[in-house]
Amino acid sequence: MRRSMMFLPGNSPSMLINGCVLPADSLILDLEDAVAPDQKDAARELVRGALEHFDFGRREIVVRINDLESPYWEADLATILPGRPSVLMPPKVASGATIQKLAAALGAKEKELGLADGCFKILPLIETAMGVEKALEIAQASPRVVALFLGGEDLSADLRCPRTKEGKEIFYARTRLIVAARASGIDVIDTPFTDTDDLEGLKKDASFARSLGFSGKAVISPRHLETVNQVFSPGEKEILWAKDVMAVIAEGKRLGKGAVSLHGKMVDKPIVMRAEQILATARAIEEVR
Amino acid sequence: MQIRREAIAGTLESSDVLIKMEPSGHPLEVILSSPVKAQYGASIEAQVRQWLNEAGVSVGRVELEDKGALDCTIMARLKTCLARASEPEKAEGGQA
Repeated sequence: MRRSMMFLPGNSPSMLINGCVLPADSLILDLEDAVAPDQKDAARELVRGALEHFDFGRREIVVRINDLESPYWEADLATILPGRPSVLMPPKVASGATIQKLAAALGAKEKELGLADGCFKILPLIETAMGVEKALEIAQASPRVVALFLGGEDLSADLRCPRTKEGKEIFYARTRLIVAARASGIDVIDTPFTDTDDLEGLKKDASFARSLGFSGKAVISPRHLETVNQVFSPGEKEILWAKDVMAVIAEGKRLGKGAVSLHGKMVDKPIVMRAEQILATARAIEEVR
Repeated sequence: MQIRREAIAGTLESSDVLIKMEPSGHPLEVILSSPVKAQYGASIEAQVRQWLNEAGVSVGRVELEDKGALDCTIMARLKTCLARASEPEKAEGGQA
């Protein structure tokens, strides 16, 4: 479950420790944009210490490493992988080859550390025009890829257009990533809403993202977590509907009916799948409460 | 490892520690300032000395300005500071 993925700057001890109590499904410990070039070494050690000593509970731990064109990413992996993060997020991914290069490095490190092959997962951050166009190739480049993640700020710069709250400029990228991710059977995460004071705007943006098919949304302020979690959680009506669907399916089976309906609408396979997804998400939310 | 040149790591922000190292030519000296020095000062200093000893540091001056850092934060900043302090002095022209 990745309704909310919260970025935490990797060189800030107070923010990292806050991660242990924030109601985020995933925490992204950031070694990239949030860390100045002359502090990369310090952030790596701090993140390693946090991975080894903090109790983040059920939260998924992702580390955003520096991009594979930079001089930093290999040192990032060497320092943090012994701390066993669940997922690595490479930024500015624009091809499947980048994912394969990272996957090979992770495989070598798993062997060295005596870990199971494939235990380190990859969450590519797609934030360039080329990355958007190659979304499907990226999603299918390695079985380690667990989701696609849209970065709207860098993408807007690459597209040479202003980034707006309405987000018309990233509509194509959003839908393209959703289709590529769903075609690959993986999650897809929306770009953060960057106005930390505009909670109404956040709700509107997150609701729109969910209506398109996103699994969850990146978050850069703890103030946004409650709204994002709420938007990406099934509501009471949805859960009741899903339970009704499963009940009429069970009743249909008992009576040997080939086709069943609910409130006058036929219940077919996609409807059942949707109901199962809603109930699975509701159960997962109950478990983390 | 040795303290070969002056180096700093960390910050003065809450939950962090600022560490300064410099070569001194004298046996290791650890100077700690901390809001919890009365309760935990001896324990923090012992831990710092133990870690530096394990890293092979027996000479130099290490100053810690603690702002309520957890043990693992102090260790992370120590590692960074020692890695920086053990780099060779840059020769004129910028080459190490």
